[in-house]
Amino acid sequence: MTNVIANGRIVADYRSANYTKQLKARYQAERRFMYYGIAAIAVALSMLAILVGSVVLKGYTAFYDTEITMTVMLDPQLIDPAGTRDSWTLRSADYQAVMRAGLYERFPTVTGRDERRQLAAMLSPVSAEDLQHIVLANPSLIGTKVTVSAPIASDIDQYIKGNIPHTTGEGGGRVSEQQGKWLEALSQDGVVHRAFNWRLFANVDSQQPESAGILGAVVGSLLTMMVTLCMSVPIGTAAAVYLEEFAPKNRWTDLIEVNINNLAAVPSIVFGLLGLAVFLNFLGLPRSAPLVGGIVLALMTLPIIIIAARSALKAVPPSIREAALGIGASPLQVVTHHVLPLAAPGIMTGTIIGMAHALGETAPLLMIGMVAFVGDVPGGVTDPASVLPVQIYKWAAQPERGFVERTSAAIMILLAFLVFMNAIAIYFRKKFERRW
Amino acid sequence: MPLSFLFAVLLLLSIVGYQLGRNRAVATVDGKISRLHSVPSYYGFYVALWAGLPAFLITILWLVLQGSIVDALVMNSLPAAMTNVSAQELTLLRADVQNLAAGVGASRTPDPSMLNAAAYYLELRSIARWAMTGLAVVIALLALSAARTRIKPALRARNQVERTVNVFLILCSLVAIMTTIGIVMSLLFEALRFFGRVSLFDFLTGLQWSPQTAMRSDQTGAVGAFGAVPLFLGTMLIAVIAMLVAVPVGLMSAIYMSEYAPLRVRSTVKPLLEILAGIPTVVYGFFAALTMAPFIRDVGLALGLSVSSESALAAGLVMGIMIIPFVSSLADDVINAVPQSLRDGSYGLGATKSETIRQVILPAALPGVVGGVLLGFSRAIGETMIVVMAAGLSANLTINPLQAVTTVTVQIASLIKGDQEFDSPKTLSVFGLGLVLFFVTLCLNLVALRVVQKYREKYD
Repeated sequence: MTNVIANGRIVADYRSANYTKQLKARYQAERRFMYYGIAAIAVALSMLAILVGSVVLKGYTAFYDTEITMTVMLDPQLIDPAGTRDSWTLRSADYQAVMRAGLYERFPTVTGRDERRQLAAMLSPVSAEDLQHIVLANPSLIGTKVTVSAPIASDIDQYIKGNIPHTTGEGGGRVSEQQGKWLEALSQDGVVHRAFNWRLFANVDSQQPESAGILGAVVGSLLTMMVTLCMSVPIGTAAAVYLEEFAPKNRWTDLIEVNINNLAAVPSIVFGLLGLAVFLNFLGLPRSAPLVGGIVLALMTLPIIIIAARSALKAVPPSIREAALGIGASPLQVVTHHVLPLAAPGIMTGTIIGMAHALGETAPLLMIGMVAFVGDVPGGVTDPASVLPVQIYKWAAQPERGFVERTSAAIMILLAFLVFMNAIAIYFRKKFERRW
Repeated sequence: MPLSFLFAVLLLLSIVGYQLGRNRAVATVDGKISRLHSVPSYYGFYVALWAGLPAFLITILWLVLQGSIVDALVMNSLPAAMTNVSAQELTLLRADVQNLAAGVGASRTPDPSMLNAAAYYLELRSIARWAMTGLAVVIALLALSAARTRIKPALRARNQVERTVNVFLILCSLVAIMTTIGIVMSLLFEALRFFGRVSLFDFLTGLQWSPQTAMRSDQTGAVGAFGAVPLFLGTMLIAVIAMLVAVPVGLMSAIYMSEYAPLRVRSTVKPLLEILAGIPTVVYGFFAALTMAPFIRDVGLALGLSVSSESALAAGLVMGIMIIPFVSSLADDVINAVPQSLRDGSYGLGATKSETIRQVILPAALPGVVGGVLLGFSRAIGETMIVVMAAGLSANLTINPLQAVTTVTVQIASLIKGDQEFDSPKTLSVFGLGLVLFFVTLCLNLVALRVVQKYREKYD
């Protein structure tokens, strides 16, 4: 820096070339720093966009799938050769063979053993379910022709959606050239068509992607959330009321406070270990049950709810309490008649956010066995069940291509639930927000 | 009779008790309420509490004790020759009887005495259930009528009800303490059993982790190795990668949002960043495993590097994205807490905005920022789903981010899945790992919370 002497003091020469250069560098550094900030936000937001975008792109195709509609002959020879029509025979009959026969009939030129096997492989292993229901409901249809719709094999479905490449090689590809040609013929006849994938919403988990659905997991999640809500809200509110309104300020309540703050930061999987050791092994509660899952999640969300409820209680001005005490209310009446109703929206907002947190939690539920395969919709809190995030985890581990899009679809549904819950929380906050 | 039905009956009795108590209190003073010690509804609550609470507590006590008493009775009914075995076989025998009773297959062909025991077990359980229901209802009715007869104008109903409620409030605030104690006890208890078989020193310093012990002792490779250093190193590697992403991005976005951004940008971007914190970790795991990992592998191939498909880099990067909002929201808070006078003083000396931020605000906010980073680090260590889905299972001792490593949480999650017996070191090792995880995160949290709190007090 060039300095000049003025009035006997050394001061900077603000017009010198050196100084201007330095100032320019400082302003450039200033701008650079701001751009770093913008870049950081851009990175974070673009990651959010990529994450959501990749899930949507992978998953939107799961909401429709490919169905094959055929008129098949309910051959008595295949279903009930003895003609007894008793329910066991009808239940255990090989309806898949009926479906296969219908498909063979459509391609009478295909007679080779290998070719026929390839043709049959285009049908889903679960394609005969509908047919079975039809026959069980009305056994008199045996011997007549019926028209049924059934999901096509998952690989073919994925091939149509462009997720599996057309492979001409021997063996290596999952969809052969021949199958591609048959498929073309079938779709020209309108036999193969696209349909809304209601199975995704109405079915329980399955090993076959084409029939796997989230109903069981959604019901399991609802049951688990119910247990969590019933436990964490009363206990959390009561604890917050005690700590905020009644507790003396001493070392003991300080300990409780530090403890609550610390529990909020304990890794969730540790809560799972607690559930495993205490609720499953010590108390002998049922494994995989929403009851245990709900209790574990309640213990986990308790700190969140206590902290939210305490700040809601803190926001109620002391003048309200003093006024109530002044007209002769007891401390408990002050709380139950005046403070709690005023703090309720805040507590509710905190509760919903805590519940949204619990709804997305996976790790502790793996510890208590909720990862087991459950083939039924759970009927109560002690039945084995799965929950939506665990279902996502399980599907993500499946190798079939059909499960990738269903995993993404399940993620979209889970995110939709979470967005909905958070929207309610924001609505409550906006609607009941009060400035004193 | 299901338990929920009993609870519903007790609730109903309480409601009836409330009405009875309230009416009786009003009747004793001929409707002149001012002569009562408390408001009539307190007399109602008084009776309702007496009707519901004792019966409820007895039911809980009964449920806790029932299992072991029924078990003891059933085991005594078996011939002595069968019960005169080791404790382990006794457990198996008990499980078999219970399975037979539940109609599930037992581990051995049942002989008549076991079938008898199973039938006896079912019988005892149904007797116990009915006896419990009857007892609870009788106690509820007795307590209800006793409390009702005690209602007099001078009865200090409010004080008694409020004392009960106060006890309830205190008990609820203790749940958090009980949870912590429960966590420590359960981890410690099982971990001690583990350290009885594998020495603590070997666990903390061993370089070999292969917990897959053989099913039979004559199989080769029967001895599992429980040296947890590769797990600790893998956890650290992934957490450090995550923090390398989260700290710069989170801190810079917090600085931009609190110092530069116009209000409109701030009010749109902040909720968007908070969405990142609300996304379930299983979704991040899916993203890491199916989008990030293949992408990194492809980039690595293009650069001529061999990248494992379960590379630590993919899991760490995605975990970093997850932690960005934690760092940024905490940093945002502490930067906003720095008093305006410090900024004004700095501007008055001719500093530019960025110079003020770097040389005045950040040093002033440093303790809070460090606290936030420590909290983020503790979250990275304890995060499970991302690493379970995107990191590997093989315990490699490496700090190469392109290779697969495993973490403490991955091992916990993968070793405990399914039904396994609780006395193999393989299962018990999980609790040793859990204990280490709990204490490391506990220390990080305590330090971080203390730092954040101390700092907040300074400027308040």
